[in-house]
Amino acid sequence: MLQALAGSAAGLAAASAQAQFRIEISGVGATQIPVAVPDLRGEREAGVPIAAIVRADLLRSGVFRSVDSPAAVDENAQPVLGEWRARGADALLGGSLSRLADGRFELRVRLWDAVRNTELLGQSQVVAAGDLRLAAHRVADAVHLKLTGEPGVFATRIAFVVRQGRRWTLQVTDADGEGAQTALASAEPIISPAWAPDGRELAYVSFEAQKAMVWVQDLPSGTRRVLAAFRGSNSAPAWAPDGRTLALTLSRDSVAQLYLMPREGGTPRRLTNSPAIDTEAVFAPDGRRLYFVSDRGGAPQIYRVAVDGGNVERVTFSGGYNISPAISPDGRLLAYVTRLPGGAFRLMTQDLESGALQSLTETADDESPSFAPNGRLIVYATRTQGRDVLMTTTLDGKIKTRLLTTGADMLEPAWGPFGR
Amino acid sequence: MNRTLQTTLCGLAVAALLAGCGSSVNLAEPPVETRTPVPVAGARTPAGTSVGATPTPVAPSANPAGTPESRVATVDLARTPVSAAPTGRIVYFDFDSFVIRDDFKPLIEGHARSLAAQRARRMTVEGHTDERGSREYNLALGQKRAEAVLRSLALLGANETQLEAVSFGEERPTDEGRDEAAWAKNRRAELKDR
Repeated sequence: MLQALAGSAAGLAAASAQAQFRIEISGVGATQIPVAVPDLRGEREAGVPIAAIVRADLLRSGVFRSVDSPAAVDENAQPVLGEWRARGADALLGGSLSRLADGRFELRVRLWDAVRNTELLGQSQVVAAGDLRLAAHRVADAVHLKLTGEPGVFATRIAFVVRQGRRWTLQVTDADGEGAQTALASAEPIISPAWAPDGRELAYVSFEAQKAMVWVQDLPSGTRRVLAAFRGSNSAPAWAPDGRTLALTLSRDSVAQLYLMPREGGTPRRLTNSPAIDTEAVFAPDGRRLYFVSDRGGAPQIYRVAVDGGNVERVTFSGGYNISPAISPDGRLLAYVTRLPGGAFRLMTQDLESGALQSLTETADDESPSFAPNGRLIVYATRTQGRDVLMTTTLDGKIKTRLLTTGADMLEPAWGPFGR
Repeated sequence: MNRTLQTTLCGLAVAALLAGCGSSVNLAEPPVETRTPVPVAGARTPAGTSVGATPTPVAPSANPAGTPESRVATVDLARTPVSAAPTGRIVYFDFDSFVIRDDFKPLIEGHARSLAAQRARRMTVEGHTDERGSREYNLALGQKRAEAVLRSLALLGANETQLEAVSFGEERPTDEGRDEAAWAKNRRAELKDR
């Protein structure tokens, strides 16, 4: 059921048809680009609501708002852009969806600038029926890029864990929460999914052998292999940006420490050397440093270390307990979870240049932040009304969306890369 | 409950969970498929965007007739029975601590003596935490608790070769409550025979 939207001035409800997840948008951004996206000619016959998917994507980014568009406009139309401007639109997207003789579909769109009276882009895609939602997301990405100068993340995917009773599944959905596919179903916990940079593999921790081991699984085929099964616990996989190495937390030498392991497996190289817990490593985007959690100072804080193990320095100084680092794709922002004096766990960001801190939520059980690959959104897990759910937020905390599923807890989100 | 009923209920639970998913449950191993990235004009190459009469065509999908590009194959693992240790085999801990309190030393001494007397006996020490904090940090903390008990056992007579320390972090609570009473029951190390 959709909840009443708080503070929404422009009817931002985006209900997903036949959705296992419900996207709920709350909060209004400072400036939103008004875009008209009428239904595409031919989409009703094809049975896939391309325009609705594009509208929902654009709305969910927080950067756009939708202008009512009564009739379909196809890519060959000569729209009177002044009329659309009068309706309040800065841009108009028109297009068509047609079925080809071989069973595939052609999706054609054109985007017009209603202010400057020009065409901004024209695009066609030919896809199998099963890829129509993906094609719609790519249209939304093209619109986002053209109108904001930044790539959208609508065609990306999110991995996460669903726990229902004593059953865990590792799932992958489109960034809008649709199209959930199960990569792994298990009667033992699964934690810490981590996307390979090419989007084809997931590393994760599975307790199927009655202790924590790191596995790597090829998503299209389901082929999986053990990466680390050393003495004690093996966990916290994180891929280097070049995809050739993973950072791991191993307790093989008695206490959790960071190691680097080639992606094929083999002998890990120890990275940190402390008598404390070192864990939750993530690579900086340049691949030369890692950020991680250590309680070497008495309580968990976030540190960074060069990939050769040198130059360990503490990064978080505010608050007595800071965990779960995530680094933005441009390397400038650290997202993490802090424990507040009252015991609440809250998502924060820290500007790594200036040290400026920002609190992003008002919830009390935030976990596992992960940046979208365009660096504009963060997905995280939290608890609301007794349920473990996933949320996304813009970097200013103003626009949030919620993904939830009935009767199960959603945990450990990881936002996938561009190019799936 | 008997095994068949258990399996059936598990199967139903899995089916119910997967019923909403986009892909069918396919436990047979499909061949690995190579996927060619589909470039989309305008999405990431603004220079290639055409502003003109005809929309720019884009390379067709690598799998024209059938499988979507983004297919994820499902792997379903078999169920393993889980049992908790009886009370005489559990050591409890304070929040964020792996220090063994004095009142648990007799329990550990007893097990160490028993291991010393029977060198063929093996034990696993499982460390657990309450739910507060990240799963990974708790996994490490649980490991420290298990290691602390293991070290005590070794100091009191057991051989390290008889022992393994593992951690379940916050993943196997005995009490799912969200108050201090429940959390206290979850901060523990369990001694189990192997």
